[in-house]
Amino acid sequence: MTSGDEGLARGAQASDPSHDAGAPIAEHRSRTHATVETVLRNRLAVAGLVILAVLVLAAIIGPWVIPYEINEIDIANRLTGPSTDHWFGTDELGRDVFSRVVVGARVSLVVGFVAVGIALILGVPIGLISGFYGGATDSTLMRFMDILFSLPAILLAIAILAVLGPGIVNAMIAIGIVYTPIFARITRGSVLTIRQSVFVRAAESLGATNNRILRTHILPNVMAPIIVQTSLSLAFAILAEAALSFLGLGVQPPEPAWGRMLAEGRSFFEQAPWMAIFPGLAIVLTVMAFNFVGDGLRDALDPQQRSVIESRGVG
Amino acid sequence: MPEDQALLEVDALEVHFPVYSRGVLRRQIATVQAVDGVTLEIRRGETLGLVGESGCGKTTTGMAILRLVQPTGGAVVFDSVDVGALDKGQMRRLRRRMAMIFQDPYASLDPRMTIGDIVAEPLRIHGLHEGKEARTRRVADLLDMVGLNPDYRDRFPHEFSGGQRQRVGIARALATEPDFIVCDEPIAALDVSIQAQVMNLLEDLQDELGLTYLFIAHDLSAVQHLADRIAVMYLGRIVEVVDRDQAVAGFTHPYSESLLSAVPVPDPKIERHRERILLEGDVPSPLNPPSGCHFRTRCRYAFDQCATDDPELRELDDGRLVACHLYA
Repeated sequence: MTSGDEGLARGAQASDPSHDAGAPIAEHRSRTHATVETVLRNRLAVAGLVILAVLVLAAIIGPWVIPYEINEIDIANRLTGPSTDHWFGTDELGRDVFSRVVVGARVSLVVGFVAVGIALILGVPIGLISGFYGGATDSTLMRFMDILFSLPAILLAIAILAVLGPGIVNAMIAIGIVYTPIFARITRGSVLTIRQSVFVRAAESLGATNNRILRTHILPNVMAPIIVQTSLSLAFAILAEAALSFLGLGVQPPEPAWGRMLAEGRSFFEQAPWMAIFPGLAIVLTVMAFNFVGDGLRDALDPQQRSVIESRGVG
Repeated sequence: MPEDQALLEVDALEVHFPVYSRGVLRRQIATVQAVDGVTLEIRRGETLGLVGESGCGKTTTGMAILRLVQPTGGAVVFDSVDVGALDKGQMRRLRRRMAMIFQDPYASLDPRMTIGDIVAEPLRIHGLHEGKEARTRRVADLLDMVGLNPDYRDRFPHEFSGGQRQRVGIARALATEPDFIVCDEPIAALDVSIQAQVMNLLEDLQDELGLTYLFIAHDLSAVQHLADRIAVMYLGRIVEVVDRDQAVAGFTHPYSESLLSAVPVPDPKIERHRERILLEGDVPSPLNPPSGCHFRTRCRYAFDQCATDDPELRELDDGRLVACHLYA
């Protein structure tokens, strides 16, 4: 045969007939590797990752390292300012604000991840089916998503909680439903492009079933914008949980949650501003961290999408 | 198997795409007649070259034969099986025996899959060479067959050049041991230096495996080299079918003549004095093709009958098929 192909075609074969995968490879960098490298070059993203690492650590080991029990009441020391004994001060019942903020990370992260998980599980399949099959299926599903999308996020969440009743589990479900249309839309948009690509045609020509095409060709190729949106949505989900807890619809007392602490601190803001400031700071830092990581991921995975993905604000 | 038995018969194949109006009602306002009554026959083991300019429906014809687009009329008979009558499952099984090589080697390979997985996909789909070991061995054989080092099976398409990617596409097409392959301009997107290599590879594989090709191209020079017979297409219809030997002597249909005159002759003396037939104007829109003969608006011989009657594909004395009133 004629084959003296360019570059790396045959050459190595004679010297290395052992089919050793690691052998003659000059520069073999996987996509994942390249993505990680790009993210790590972005300083804000790294800062975000560090903050998130601290938060995750706080959420996991928090209850064992905090200086005071979260519900330990100490009326003698109520509303004291930050000191070496109480780093973030105490609240109106003398509870240690620092301990409560640390443990509150757990609620925020769990609610964020579970809510976004629900949104992913509902939204991605809807987007896949809608974009792939098109026609009436598409119209029906997307009109329904549009209805959800047209309502302000926090109002919709409140409405859902009004039906389900307040509580942390219902808050997660409500936030998940609220963010479902974003994932459905982003997925559908990407599917519409990928479905037209030649490699999908090629898979069809080989006799692949729709199911197979969706699973092995379309889903992996639409993951990039979904991953980016996931990290941005986490920020909004945490903010939404804080808002719902602030309104008394989310986490119920005495469980510490940042939104609740903010609400409780409001009445004492003039005497004891630390009651609200520290949980508020925690919320801001967390949301910023997720946004930084999301932006970094977007630049690495999906540079064209910069202006396309709109993030949906709260309230 | 008799030599000249037709492996594939295409009869009056028609692909019309509806064009809808915008808005809720989506009324059909027009029809794109991409393929408008193509009749072809491809014999076992031969290569039929299909040429014509961009947009004339060559690729759509190839896709409709493989039912990658749904024909709106006509019939495709593959090895005595009426492809149009098959249900989804039967069609899927038949796909084992027919394959397609695509024009753009950058777009036709899934960027998220390794080339090993790409070549193994048809095996997985059809449950061939079951078991990890057997499959790996088959993939290695296929990569070797197309001149790629099997060690590269864990690499991704973006690590390869255009020519190498096209080899991956060819290996994928060969995986299920098909009888028939539609080659849709497989060399058009490649560097000139690589084109000959890929052409030779396709030729060698045909000899080795007894493949039947429908070779789609937009220029005659590529096809003249490889094809046993050449079909010329214009605006959704076949205007001429000739044997390769006859094509060397010249074409008969006015459109094929002009297509041939566009191929440069590698001899400056001849090239300088050669008469070129330059076609005037653009190809008419397949939304609204001319009445009668589709080529008449650009044909220098056109006369009254051309506007009223569709010329049929007729066999001339020397065996070639021509659709032109000049030879009626």
